[in-house]
Amino acid sequence: MGQGVLLSESADIDFMVHGVFSYSFFGHTVWITTTHVCVLIVMLVIIGFCFAANRAVKHASEVPGTFQNIVELIIEMLDNMIGGVMGKFSPKFRNYIGTIFIFILLSNISGLFGLRPPTADYGVTLPLGIMTFVLIHFNKFRYQKVKGVVAGLCDPWPFWAPINIIGDVAVPISLSLRLFANVLSGTVMLALVYGLLAKIAIIWPAVLHVYFDLFSGAIQTYVFCMLTMTYITDACTTDG
Amino acid sequence: MEFNTNFILGCSAIGAGLAVIAGIGPGVGQGIAAGHAAAAVGRNPGAKSDVTSTMLLGQAVAETTGLYGLLIAMLLLFVKPLV
Repeated sequence: MGQGVLLSESADIDFMVHGVFSYSFFGHTVWITTTHVCVLIVMLVIIGFCFAANRAVKHASEVPGTFQNIVELIIEMLDNMIGGVMGKFSPKFRNYIGTIFIFILLSNISGLFGLRPPTADYGVTLPLGIMTFVLIHFNKFRYQKVKGVVAGLCDPWPFWAPINIIGDVAVPISLSLRLFANVLSGTVMLALVYGLLAKIAIIWPAVLHVYFDLFSGAIQTYVFCMLTMTYITDACTTDG
Repeated sequence: MEFNTNFILGCSAIGAGLAVIAGIGPGVGQGIAAGHAAAAVGRNPGAKSDVTSTMLLGQAVAETTGLYGLLIAMLLLFVKPLV
């Protein structure tokens, strides 16, 4: 239906999620898609790096070698970033924020290596947003107690509560959509360049890769972690 | 039936084009942020790195509304919810 209307069906443009194989799960057909494969590859890379880093730190020397230096640099950078925003709450959330930072960063960059970035699938970014949402509200109840949460809901006036609830629910949606749409737009742009300009796309798309994959990916990772930290710190702070 | 489907697809394409007009807003907003950041660096060159990181964070957040427009366009073109 409508060939020629949509470029995706006529030209050789490909940026959708594809199914790799399907299996039956209690009568439902469940697909293993390219996103699963790419997430798996990113995870394997991270796990491999972790094993290497663990070995390097266990056999740490007084004068650090190259790899030990790199590991220390990464950890110090993450610690500084998290400590600068969260202050006294940073020791508790360092592991979580560091993990999602590295995962999102590698996912965004994986477009450089020919994978379809896993974060260009809403099924990956929505869980990240939901985790942030759960953390926010868990910590809100833990630090501000029920009284503080109710007081926060009825902030200016009691009848303002529905609007505050909508504002709370919008947080994970806007967080995940921002990451998803940014990475997806980069993926679509590059797919269009490679699909429509295939004859002249020789070396110059590298510039686009640097912008869309490296720059945009790093910025969005930073933004996601920054906003998560700000929201969590906000929830932890009891302000009378 | 044939006419209807094609008509809806054409209207979807027009709608997608209209939806990405949302890109005007973030463009203006990011430009204003960058202008003010440039002014701030001119006034206080020592704070360049702080100003730059704050500017990038704010711009990335301001970009969101434009991306929503893009998302609607993508949905209309590739998911075809109306057909």
